[in-house]
Amino acid sequence: MKSLAELQAIREKTLNRINLRKEEGEATRVVIGMATCGIAAGARPVMLSFMDEIQKRGLQHVTVSQTGCIGMCRLEPMVDVIVPGQEKVTYVHMTPEKVGRVVAEHIVNGRPVEEYTIGAAEK
Amino acid sequence: MRDLSLHILDLMQNSIRAQATVVSLSVLLSEQGILSIIIEDDGIGMSEELLSRVMSPFATTRTTRKVGLGIPMMAENCRLAGGDLQLESTLGKGTKLTATLDTSSIDCLPLGDLPGTVTTLVTMNPDKPEFTLRCASPKGEMQFDTREIREALQGVPLNEPEIAAWMQESLREEIEPIFGGVIL
Repeated sequence: MKSLAELQAIREKTLNRINLRKEEGEATRVVIGMATCGIAAGARPVMLSFMDEIQKRGLQHVTVSQTGCIGMCRLEPMVDVIVPGQEKVTYVHMTPEKVGRVVAEHIVNGRPVEEYTIGAAEK
Repeated sequence: MRDLSLHILDLMQNSIRAQATVVSLSVLLSEQGILSIIIEDDGIGMSEELLSRVMSPFATTRTTRKVGLGIPMMAENCRLAGGDLQLESTLGKGTKLTATLDTSSIDCLPLGDLPGTVTTLVTMNPDKPEFTLRCASPKGEMQFDTREIREALQGVPLNEPEIAAWMQESLREEIEPIFGGVIL
């Protein structure tokens, strides 16, 4: 393993963030479908884009996690965004390109991107 | 699946679901161009009966979702590329999956974004299991172990975005010279 020293520096930087987070309660959750169907449809680049956007914007209160197949494989990659105190929003047919808008408009500014949601897709 | 790294991501989910504490991935390219992908876990393992069923895509029972398309799709891609997929499993001990492919075959899938696959696995499963990765080819070899990272981080969770970025970057730096050009 190379560059473990670099990790020490990252550790120092993230420690402050983690402490801050502990003080401020519940985080926004991003949940990505990572079963065979999700992976085949492109869930991995979507997940990595979320991590990338969260890092670039220095967002403190967002966690990314995975779930299995929920039986709507034709709509994968699917992503749930759960803002505390609000109803869950399910995005379908996600791509790395769509992630930027979801992060900016929904997670940062609190307005779900209606046109990417399961409601819009099923019309 | 478009490439082997996606298959690996999918197959390793099986190990995670089998409650493994350590999941080891080896990606080895021989001088003759034979690629071996070995996934070994210490999870709950499979019974003889289940082991005989998992290769079939149609044995799946939708309610339990114990089996599905992951293994049969990979097995098919191995066979298309002049290789094979083998499973050994012992109940209570764990499972070992060995996939081989001939990279000179026109039907051999590219390896794809292996750093992305490993980063995804670690980020989505920050507490357990531990992951190890070993890549080797005539050009060189590398090793990766989440236990080393965990120790260096001293309590900082492995799913912090900065750590995911670092992981992807450093894995890419190390893996590209080993497989670069030929199968990436």
